[in-house]
Amino acid sequence: MIRAPLAVVPVPAHRTHAAIYWAAMLVGAPLVCLALNQAMVSTLASYPDTAYAAQVLLNVGVNATLAVSLNLINGYTGQFSLGHAGFMAIGAYTAAALMYYLGPQVIGTTPGVAAWGVYFAAVIVVSGLVSALAGLVVGVPSLRLKGDYLAIVTLGFGEIIRVILLNLESMRGARGFSDLEKLDQPFLVLLVLVVCVVVVRNLVSSTRGLAFLSVRDDEIAAESVGVNTTRYKVSAFVVGAYFAGVAGALYSHTQAYIIPGAFDFVKSMEIVAMVVLGGGSIGGTVLAAVGLTLLPELLKGGFMPEVMRNAFPDAMWRALPRWRMVIYSLILIAAMLIQSRGHGRGGKKVKG
Amino acid sequence: MATFVQQLINGVAWGSVYALIALGYTMVYGVLRMINFAHGDVVMVGAMFGLWLAGLCGAVAGPEFTGSFTAFLIVLPVSMAFCALVGIAIEQLAYRPLRRSPRIAVLITAIGVSFLLEYGGQAVLGATPRAFPRLVGGTTWTFFEQTTVLEDGSMHFSSLVISSIDLIIVSVSLALMLALQFIVFGTKIGKAMRAVAFSHDAARLMGINVDRIITFTFGLGSALAAAAGVLLAIKVQSAEPLMGLMPGLKAFVAAVLGGIGNIPGAVVGGLVLGVAETMVAGYLSSTYKDAIAFVVLILILLFKPSGLFGTPQVEKV
Amino acid sequence: MRRLAFLGSILALALTGCPSSNTGTATATATPAPVEEPFIKVGQFVSLTGGTATFGQSTDRGVQLALTEINAAGGVLGKPIKVLTEDTQSKPEEAKTSVLKLIKQDHVVALIGEIASSRTLAAAPEAQRSKVPLITPGSTNPEVTAKGDFIFRICFIDPVQGQVMARFAAQDLKLMKAAILTDVKNDYSVGLAKYFKEEYVKLGGKIVAEESYSENDKEFKAQLTSIKGKSPDILIIPGYYTEVGMIANQSRELGMKQIMLGGDGWDSEMTAKIGGKAIEGSYYTNHYATDDPNPVVQEFITKYKAAYGGQTPDAMAALGYDTMRLTADAIKRAGSTDGDKLRQAIQDTKDFPGVTGSITIDKDRNATKPITVLKIVNGEYKLAKTIAP
Repeated sequence: MIRAPLAVVPVPAHRTHAAIYWAAMLVGAPLVCLALNQAMVSTLASYPDTAYAAQVLLNVGVNATLAVSLNLINGYTGQFSLGHAGFMAIGAYTAAALMYYLGPQVIGTTPGVAAWGVYFAAVIVVSGLVSALAGLVVGVPSLRLKGDYLAIVTLGFGEIIRVILLNLESMRGARGFSDLEKLDQPFLVLLVLVVCVVVVRNLVSSTRGLAFLSVRDDEIAAESVGVNTTRYKVSAFVVGAYFAGVAGALYSHTQAYIIPGAFDFVKSMEIVAMVVLGGGSIGGTVLAAVGLTLLPELLKGGFMPEVMRNAFPDAMWRALPRWRMVIYSLILIAAMLIQSRGHGRGGKKVKG
Repeated sequence: MATFVQQLINGVAWGSVYALIALGYTMVYGVLRMINFAHGDVVMVGAMFGLWLAGLCGAVAGPEFTGSFTAFLIVLPVSMAFCALVGIAIEQLAYRPLRRSPRIAVLITAIGVSFLLEYGGQAVLGATPRAFPRLVGGTTWTFFEQTTVLEDGSMHFSSLVISSIDLIIVSVSLALMLALQFIVFGTKIGKAMRAVAFSHDAARLMGINVDRIITFTFGLGSALAAAAGVLLAIKVQSAEPLMGLMPGLKAFVAAVLGGIGNIPGAVVGGLVLGVAETMVAGYLSSTYKDAIAFVVLILILLFKPSGLFGTPQVEKV
Repeated sequence: MRRLAFLGSILALALTGCPSSNTGTATATATPAPVEEPFIKVGQFVSLTGGTATFGQSTDRGVQLALTEINAAGGVLGKPIKVLTEDTQSKPEEAKTSVLKLIKQDHVVALIGEIASSRTLAAAPEAQRSKVPLITPGSTNPEVTAKGDFIFRICFIDPVQGQVMARFAAQDLKLMKAAILTDVKNDYSVGLAKYFKEEYVKLGGKIVAEESYSENDKEFKAQLTSIKGKSPDILIIPGYYTEVGMIANQSRELGMKQIMLGGDGWDSEMTAKIGGKAIEGSYYTNHYATDDPNPVVQEFITKYKAAYGGQTPDAMAALGYDTMRLTADAIKRAGSTDGDKLRQAIQDTKDFPGVTGSITIDKDRNATKPITVLKIVNGEYKLAKTIAP
């Protein structure tokens, strides 16, 4: 009765049953998350660092979603995109504008939890769609460009988006939105991550999804056997951008503060670093995202016993965060040099 | 009118700086088909090293400092030599091992090196901009001074002022470019460079040591970057670890605009971009200035990826 | 089988949501914050590095000087005060994360910072949300204290500063045609420009040109050339010192001879160092003056020089000093480090003797302070005029 040949998600085969199933999931899943969060807050309130850990968890969820969405474009379809922060920015600002400007008109200035929740969910979806549109705009030129050139063009798009946002007075320009509402629901963010993972996984492991990989491996060969590379390349950008936009919308409210400078080239490279370290698989990418999100916290002395923190002088803890990006760059270079060992003559990566 | 010419002069000065940096990008792309993302940061290394060297020569920024031509004569060539070595080191350590890897891997590594220089510089030297002494170029010449009285009785002054630093930048850049032209087209090693740019394998068959030529190209490009760095630092009178980021990116656009791999193209691209930027900043809005480079880049890559002077690349199956 | 794997992974993911309670400070009793600590923790978030590094460094020195004095006299409530400092790197997003860390990880009872209004604005909502009182030594944009009732300042605000600047330009210097060059990346600059303009026009002045730049820009000739063409009498630069110095230089390179006028964002030794001859004869408004004959000021300067190897304190150092002392005083008056009580004590501050003037916190959580106008003469900042509140 339950079919699951292509999908990772078990879905009832009968149509009405499936409809009921999806309706239940749509309402039920977020409710479960809210309940879990309540449980966590009440049982762990006695621990002093819960709030801090919860914030880091939020960041992990957002970063992992970004990394997985980029993995679809870079890792699975082999399209080199260095402007992912641009899609994230579009999602973040759309959400901020909708919540900040339109919110009070739609749900009033003191809405109930349910009203806020439904509106916010709608906002996230819309933000993702707007970003997906941007993905379409970026994806189309990608048809004509390869490798380095595509990378640079995507970088350019990312920067253009940032500069436009910097100059838009309606989006508060360089000052950004500094008092957005705070979303303190780590489980909801993780739910979004799960949805993203499921969608990407399904997309790529379906029979048709193999086409994505064929575009990555040898585009000309793929074209010559009849794969519509255009369609897959653009799809990768659209879906990748959608989830980046969703992650951006979440980011704007888990940080409760956005400025155009937060979505610069460095941000794009941070996401690229996660994809690179992840080695191309979804699981690896998520793990890499977790690791790279925790790294700056560790450098600040977080998430370690007080004993360990006190073992080092204060001056070191003050200086260490400055080295975060240096460590990032060394990781990137090392990862590239190590991966290159697997390359034989001829330049193609030897699978091993 | 005076305003327009003033903006033009400023634009040409900036354009010359971009041109110097763009030459490095274009040469490396020519021989290696790679975009050396870290090139802009070599500009910064040149400026920082130049700052230190100037200090050794007794030139320190401050209200009493009036310039030191001797210091300039020392700082410029020594910084260029130092950065040539830095560029070579980067090539040997980070790019050579990836010679056989897909270009994407090299690009990521180059970005990694760029970040390493930028943030390493910030971590070690501090992110605060340091004052760079005005070694040369402190004089200005004024032309066409005019005083008109407006209808409301107030005075309106206009003049054309040329600052010697701009002239120096343009002349030094010109000299270096001519020197480069001579090296590439008038010497044996230049011929070898052109051969390697054409085809590694063919060059090797002709008995050229390809690795040596690539090293030499990196050295040459980095030396030019250092010159750009020192001149830039003198012009804006400051140096900081992130100073190469934007000029590097813009110079890259200039190289692409002129046709990447094409040496005269890089010069033309640099000048065009410098002037375009200044005009936008002067007549439209300075905050859109940075976007101009990217808009140009995207337009070029979409409509004429081979640039103004380049030849279209055919991808062989 | 796949079904199981899927459900299993969901569960695993959900479980990763449980934060590690391995913090080491988890006490046996179920209290939300560490109870008995041998000192009172105050957080400081300032720009020790970056484009406005001297602001943060000076503030820190002032704060540390006051701290030494306070702890030498026995501290407050029987305990010494410990100041935990975070570097905002002159970036607003770092200001926010610094404050988050100070509040959530270090559990400070009060916050001192920042100088730049954009950065205080980024951090204030966090302090307000967590009900930790925040006192900014030098953010002058009015929006800062509007963020909530836990946000205070001990300095004057920009509407007043802008007015003073406008009056000085129009009435003292009698220059009636001004050009404004604003840093659009900073709330401070945008706000100050606006307030200057309002008053200046009211006094009959004319704004002949308005141009903009961004913090961290190095090139201003395009904007300056445009301004030059409009022949102003005076150039108003309500920005931060790094760019001010460069703008001054580049204006002279273009043959412009106008003097310049700015706000407290100019207050740093780097202004004269970078600006050199170009900035000579220009003016700016500030929180205090080093050649103020007032004995309170001179005593502070002597103490500061003794502690820091002969360095002369700038306004940020004086403000940092005042803020630290006021914070300690408020804790003493509140009799506790409880957020609400401390907030009330700060609100009730009346006639607190500061180096930068007498501090009384009004109902908007601002202070009405005197403004000094300084002139740059021979690379030094000399008092030209004091305007009482």
